[in-house]
Amino acid sequence: MISNILFAVLLVGSMSFFIWNILKIRSNIRLGRDLDRSDRKSERLKTMLLVALGQKKMFTRPIPALLHLMIYSAFILTQIELIEIFVDGLSGSHRIFRPDLGGLYTFIISFIEILSVLAFIATLIFLSRRNLIKVPRLNMKEMKGWPKMDGNMILFMELILIIFILTMNGADEAMHLQEYGSSYGFTISSLIGPIFEGMDLSTLHTLERVGWWGHIIMVFTFINYLPYSKHLHIFLAFPNTYYSNLEKKGRFTNMESVTTEVKLMMDPEADPYAAPQEGVTEPQRFGAKDVTDLTWKNLMDSYSCTECGRCTSSCPANVTGKLLSPRKIMMDTRDRLVEVGENKRKHGADHDDGKSLLGDYIKEEELWACTSCNACVQECPVNIDPLAIIIDLRRYLVMEESKIPTELAGMLTNIENNGAPWQFSPADRLNWANEEG
Amino acid sequence: MSLNVPTMAEMTAKGESPEILFWVGCSGSFDDRAKKITKALVKILNKCEVKFAVLGAEESCSGDPAKRAGNEFTFQMQAMMNIQVLEGYDVKKIVTACPHCFNTLKNEYPELGGNYEVIHHTQMIQELINQGKISIKDGGTYKGKKITFHDPCYLGRANDVYEAPRSLIESLDAELVEMKRCKTKGLCCGAGGAQMFKESENGNKEVNIERTEDALETQAEVIATGCPFCNTMMTDGLKNFNKENEIEVLDVAELIANAADL
Ligand code: SF4
Ligand code: SF4
Repeated sequence: MISNILFAVLLVGSMSFFIWNILKIRSNIRLGRDLDRSDRKSERLKTMLLVALGQKKMFTRPIPALLHLMIYSAFILTQIELIEIFVDGLSGSHRIFRPDLGGLYTFIISFIEILSVLAFIATLIFLSRRNLIKVPRLNMKEMKGWPKMDGNMILFMELILIIFILTMNGADEAMHLQEYGSSYGFTISSLIGPIFEGMDLSTLHTLERVGWWGHIIMVFTFINYLPYSKHLHIFLAFPNTYYSNLEKKGRFTNMESVTTEVKLMMDPEADPYAAPQEGVTEPQRFGAKDVTDLTWKNLMDSYSCTECGRCTSSCPANVTGKLLSPRKIMMDTRDRLVEVGENKRKHGADHDDGKSLLGDYIKEEELWACTSCNACVQECPVNIDPLAIIIDLRRYLVMEESKIPTELAGMLTNIENNGAPWQFSPADRLNWANEEG
Repeated sequence: MSLNVPTMAEMTAKGESPEILFWVGCSGSFDDRAKKITKALVKILNKCEVKFAVLGAEESCSGDPAKRAGNEFTFQMQAMMNIQVLEGYDVKKIVTACPHCFNTLKNEYPELGGNYEVIHHTQMIQELINQGKISIKDGGTYKGKKITFHDPCYLGRANDVYEAPRSLIESLDAELVEMKRCKTKGLCCGAGGAQMFKESENGNKEVNIERTEDALETQAEVIATGCPFCNTMMTDGLKNFNKENEIEVLDVAELIANAADL
């Protein structure tokens, strides 16, 4: 009875804390500018099913994809067992579904056990990729400190979780053998059951309980750790791929505010001194200086980032030693957003801490190294678009602060004066047609 | 053989209108190397008796480098001016040999009121070959040669065109050898996003050198591209390795024009 109450308290407590954190993240994402992604619903659904559920983009790198799939499928299927654990925990029953499901139950638990062992192996390999083999993309500059620890912590939690599950099932199996003289028939625990041979029933019972509680406490810890971790992608991958950009990657957004002004400039009949129309709100700043100038999708992108570094390892600027790393762009955006969100909650919505994403987090040098090649966008397994953020920050630099590399300023002047990025006379445009060769 | 390059103005004066507008672009008009690509394409169009025209002095920068550099004003000014000119001639279909112009005209002009069917020259040449308007006897000059294709970012990833240039290379009876990073994984040449017009940021290598190494690894005799900027970058990359006399960098249009003896 006491344990049922304890379980209920833990359950309610951890779910409430989790929901509180998720609501915070939701309100942070909503600090972003508007963007309409409510169209093409079936295409969006399809993208989500393929990319998030089906992990389509992971498979361009087959080995990590396979290892990831082992952990991913174990995680998804364990949720079935978790339902039983919840019911058992609240009602005090033991394996409540077993009598009704019979053979199917044995099959499901066996399946989960096998997947758990595979996930265990995959997790060990992942840990060694991070810490022993030191796969370059997982050990770059921006991964030092917390991000590195975060990646390892999640993996350790998974190991502990699986050890608890197998202790629970193994001890239960040994108990069942002693009490009823027959095995549950679960594939893995009937193999590890013999480890517990010779132990008396009460020790076994304690072990089983340790496994059971250990497992569920890890689950509660895990779920509440997610909002602070890159591991949040296990949830956000779904909405984030659903709201993917479905246009061609080469198409950059059109800036409506600029269109209005350019039309005015080109319309000979427009009155430049005309009073602004009623109801027209103060114009937004051109481009982005801080996270609140980005769209909500850019912000959701930042929370969805798995810090896998696929983007950075395919970035031409990064592989040739430039400062730019698209992963860092995403991590900076997230870190800054968390900071802005906290400030607003603590000091009110208008609080200004004098800092901004551009400058305090991302440097101009990073932005100007980008070739807009879209490799990062292509590679991202959860359809994140670092390029969109880079371009919006550039727009702010150029249009609001006139900060632009000198050669590019010259290029722009040439376009404005000669209609070409070089200093050629527009009248000479067709000369090639009459030249020899 | 002299080229037949009618302008829109001339055609209109004669009361005619072309099937397609050839958007030459700034590189294709002014850059000495890129002008050769322009001419190769014109030779193909002439040979296939395609009724085309160019804008000549009425053409202006598409605005792509301005937009990538973050100056939306300059971009939109250029775009709207160009759209006015194109509207004046009632242009419906455009071909261009520059993936940057291709991308901007195709994807970014519609929101400013310019709607056209825009194709890249490799797509057009593929169509002409499919229609039997141009044929290459026994593969011509490139039969059996190793050719690698460098995917321009604004043609490949940006617009998902990977097959048209490759099918043209295959029509030469050449051996198409892929670089380790190709198609969706193709590495940029380093020129996009207005990088063409500036020094690169501090690093330990130039992007075009990294990319040229990929190409050298394939042992290809020809590096084919479909973009004037990629062409420049790869040519410079070869010079860095002193290979400019052994390996050629050619646009796919040049390959076809050479092979068909145009
Ligand atoms: S688009 Fe920019 S940031 Fe992304 S991979 Fe290319 S150069 Fe790197
Ligand atoms: S942006 Fe995408 S590819 Fe880059 S680190 Fe994040 S999840 Fe990985």
